[in-house]
Amino acid sequence: MEFSNPQEGLEKFRSRLGVAAGFVLFCFFLLFARFIWLQIFQYNYYKTRAEENRISLVPIVPNRGLIVDRNGVVMARNYSAYTLEITPSKAGDLEATIDELAKIVDIQPKDRKRFKRLLEESKNFESLPIRNRLSDTEVARFIAHRYRFPGVDIKARLFRQYPFGDMASHLLGYIGRIDAKDVDKISDEDAEDNYRGTEHFGKRGIEQHYEFQLHGTTGFEQMEVDSGGRAVRTLARTAPVAGNNLTLTVDAKLQEVVEKAFGDRRGALVAIEPSTGGILALVSMPNFDPNLFVDGIDSQSWQELNDSPDKPMINRAVYGTYPPGSTFKPYMALAALEAGKRRPEQTIFDPGFFNFGGHQFRDDKKGGHGTVNMYASIVQSCDTYYYMLANDLGIDGISGFMGKFGFGQRTGVDIPGEAEGVLPSQEWKKRRFKRPEQQKWYAGETISIGIGQGYNAYTPIQLAQAMATLANNGVMFRPHLVKYITDTKTGKQTQVEPEPVKTIPLKPENIETIKNAMIGVNKEGTGARAFAGAEYVSAGKTGTAQVFSLKGSNYKEGGTKKELRDHALFIAFAPADKPTIALAVLVENGGFGAAAAAPIARQVFDYYLLGKLPKGPAGETEAGDGD
Amino acid sequence: MLRQLWYRIIAPIDPPLMALAGALIGIALLVLGSASPDRLPAQLVNVAAALVVMRMVAQFPPQRLMHIALPLYLFGVLLLVAVALFGDVSKGARRWLNLGVMRVQPSELMKIAMPLMLAWYFQKREPLIRMRDYGIAALLLLVPVALIAKQPDLGTAILVLAAGFYVIFFAGLPWKVMIGLAFLAAAAAPLAWSKMHDYQRARILTLFDPESDPLGKGFHIIQSTIAIGSGGVFGKGWGQGTQAQLEFIPERHTDFIFAVMSEEFGLLGNMVLVVIYAMLIARGLMIAGNAPTLFTRLLAGSITLIFFTYAFVNMGMVSGILPVVGVPLPFISYGGTALVTLFFGIGILMSVHKNRMLVQK
Repeated sequence: MEFSNPQEGLEKFRSRLGVAAGFVLFCFFLLFARFIWLQIFQYNYYKTRAEENRISLVPIVPNRGLIVDRNGVVMARNYSAYTLEITPSKAGDLEATIDELAKIVDIQPKDRKRFKRLLEESKNFESLPIRNRLSDTEVARFIAHRYRFPGVDIKARLFRQYPFGDMASHLLGYIGRIDAKDVDKISDEDAEDNYRGTEHFGKRGIEQHYEFQLHGTTGFEQMEVDSGGRAVRTLARTAPVAGNNLTLTVDAKLQEVVEKAFGDRRGALVAIEPSTGGILALVSMPNFDPNLFVDGIDSQSWQELNDSPDKPMINRAVYGTYPPGSTFKPYMALAALEAGKRRPEQTIFDPGFFNFGGHQFRDDKKGGHGTVNMYASIVQSCDTYYYMLANDLGIDGISGFMGKFGFGQRTGVDIPGEAEGVLPSQEWKKRRFKRPEQQKWYAGETISIGIGQGYNAYTPIQLAQAMATLANNGVMFRPHLVKYITDTKTGKQTQVEPEPVKTIPLKPENIETIKNAMIGVNKEGTGARAFAGAEYVSAGKTGTAQVFSLKGSNYKEGGTKKELRDHALFIAFAPADKPTIALAVLVENGGFGAAAAAPIARQVFDYYLLGKLPKGPAGETEAGDGD
Repeated sequence: MLRQLWYRIIAPIDPPLMALAGALIGIALLVLGSASPDRLPAQLVNVAAALVVMRMVAQFPPQRLMHIALPLYLFGVLLLVAVALFGDVSKGARRWLNLGVMRVQPSELMKIAMPLMLAWYFQKREPLIRMRDYGIAALLLLVPVALIAKQPDLGTAILVLAAGFYVIFFAGLPWKVMIGLAFLAAAAAPLAWSKMHDYQRARILTLFDPESDPLGKGFHIIQSTIAIGSGGVFGKGWGQGTQAQLEFIPERHTDFIFAVMSEEFGLLGNMVLVVIYAMLIARGLMIAGNAPTLFTRLLAGSITLIFFTYAFVNMGMVSGILPVVGVPLPFISYGGTALVTLFFGIGILMSVHKNRMLVQK
């Protein structure tokens, strides 16, 4: 195109200016459309995004509820301490960082090991402790050097503490860092929001069973954060609500007496208040120090606990199952009375054995007990009497009656990991075995069931529950460790188990007969030595459970390897007329119940009824007649 | 006496242009006061310097501008070559020339030198502009643009290219050539794509899907879009923009200052700003339409459209409809160089307007 004259050129130019102006307007309208789209139509969306950018909800972890015994003695509490924590994603070279930190604060190889373990279990952006419980000097020293350590900071944290150390560890349990299983439990409870910021979860014992009561309600702080994630200011704060406090039925002092009475022996004891089902003491020995787990246990201690042949991590009181031995006899006798198969004064003659189906079942006492009535059968613990009785009752007669007392059923105690045990019956055998010839119940198998051997296997807490039920004349409670839960906000107390589960229909005169015989045990029978000189009337029954059947040869207590020795058992209640405590004791490989288990019960009663503190571990009394 | 001096000072100044530029500067200081108050004093100094430059240029008659067009252009190209050979590298780009006493960015100079040069060239060829003149003009344009793009400084290259193109457009480049060029450009796009730097490609990809890399390259665009959208109709209020105050908006005092303004003053604020730009552009085009010579017309038209280009590219980029290129928001973004260049342009417009009757060919 060529401009031939200026006037034409100017007009062309002006038309181009018009085109340009049109283009400008078009572009500006485009922008306007965009602005209207963003600022009117998409306003809510972007407003929310801006808020999400800006506001970060910082959880405030509530104080965990306290656990106190029935007298208000604190058994689990919290204390605040400083920890040195590393956020791996921000810290860069972890090894180098820790090496540098070690120059400022004391970091043991144990701490490094624990940190490594935590690191493997956690996500990269979590803040993990490298050192717990810093001293004030260490805190000051680190703060002076903080600028050198990105991703490392000091935090004030609440720690769980069990002031009694290993005492009552099996019933209390402990808390540890949340693992995958705990996450599942939290999501089952729909409690994910409430667990934001929470790092610990109850493991084992009361800490686990009452986790959601103890945890409390997480508070939140709405923080305004900048693009670097740094908090600028607090916008709003919802205070956390501390977890509920638990008041136990347990008597801490009694628990301590029991644990000391065991000394270094393995075993379990459950003591129950018969009129409520409240557990006064629940002991499993050996125990462990739950404080080790709170900061995350180091692998060496964990290994030691797990590899120990004494298995200190097993709660024998609820998880261990043992044949009840002769402690089964009072219930057998009661079953006979209720079924009308025996009268109290009815006697049998015990030649020292009972022949059945071509097999000889021997009595413990050589030559036998002679003429024996029901009272004597319990007081002297005559086996032959019960061989015969078992045969008369039949397996289903036995299991039907024993089932009412809770044998072979979980008691529903409020700690996890309870075993069911085995109450043998025809039904049970069918379920238990696969091959038809195994599934059949043989009449001969019934005989040893009568003296608490054979397939019988019950947990100490079942034995204690049965004892408490008998002591309470058939009124049965669910054994429980927590008496009431106190809401920390309202102060309201909720009873855990105020009502009995059921009442077993039993004739009072039959109960009287059995109780009387059990009083006889402690007065003139197998428990007499242990209860010599007691200032109260107690009732009991000794028992010895075979670990290993010694066919044909005589069992000699001292001559057998320790782990093959029989378990010693004792069940008892006191005072006999108005029982306030009923218990079951088991001493693993303790030998005779009379010698190993009964003295522990004596110490328990002496303390609980009279306030008498024992001088040392319960000694073994000389073995009496039989078990 | 003082009054006379004042009149002499304001004599070459065009009141409408001054008022509009003044309004923009007012907005600039207001937004900067929220985005980065620490920089206010420095920006006031920049504004003062820019106004002095404007006043000087406004008094400068267009004929004399013609005289410096060629030397300025040649000097600029020389500097660009020098940068390519000996320039300092900063942030991965070779843009600066270290003169010992100071570091200069020759590409900035080209924004003024380019329209001057091409306007001068077409003035020389008047009244008979032939096809090959457009070709020569294109060559004069593309050499420095290529040098700038090579640095790489895509934002400045686009602005210089636009400035030159506007001159050629106003000089009467035939429509069919333009349409042909458009087709050619579309065909050449894949080639250009293959020649681009990775970061340039990433910016274009980010435009289409910023959420694909929310913490990386998409972050700027996502955050500025959130800022604009969350501002709503009335905005969050001065100093109340959370995106701005909590540093979610990147470069919030320079290239992304529009997001700050948009968040705090909302759609209404945006409308005021765009309307002021539109009026400024309208005034500029009016001056161009009344300019006495081809040189002044082309110069005024090109400079006016450059203002538009700055504004549109910047707002388009910040609101997420154009790729991210380093183009400041004219008169608003913090920084002295761009402001001086812009007021240089305003000064030229004023000079053209002042001299519309004096020089008649």
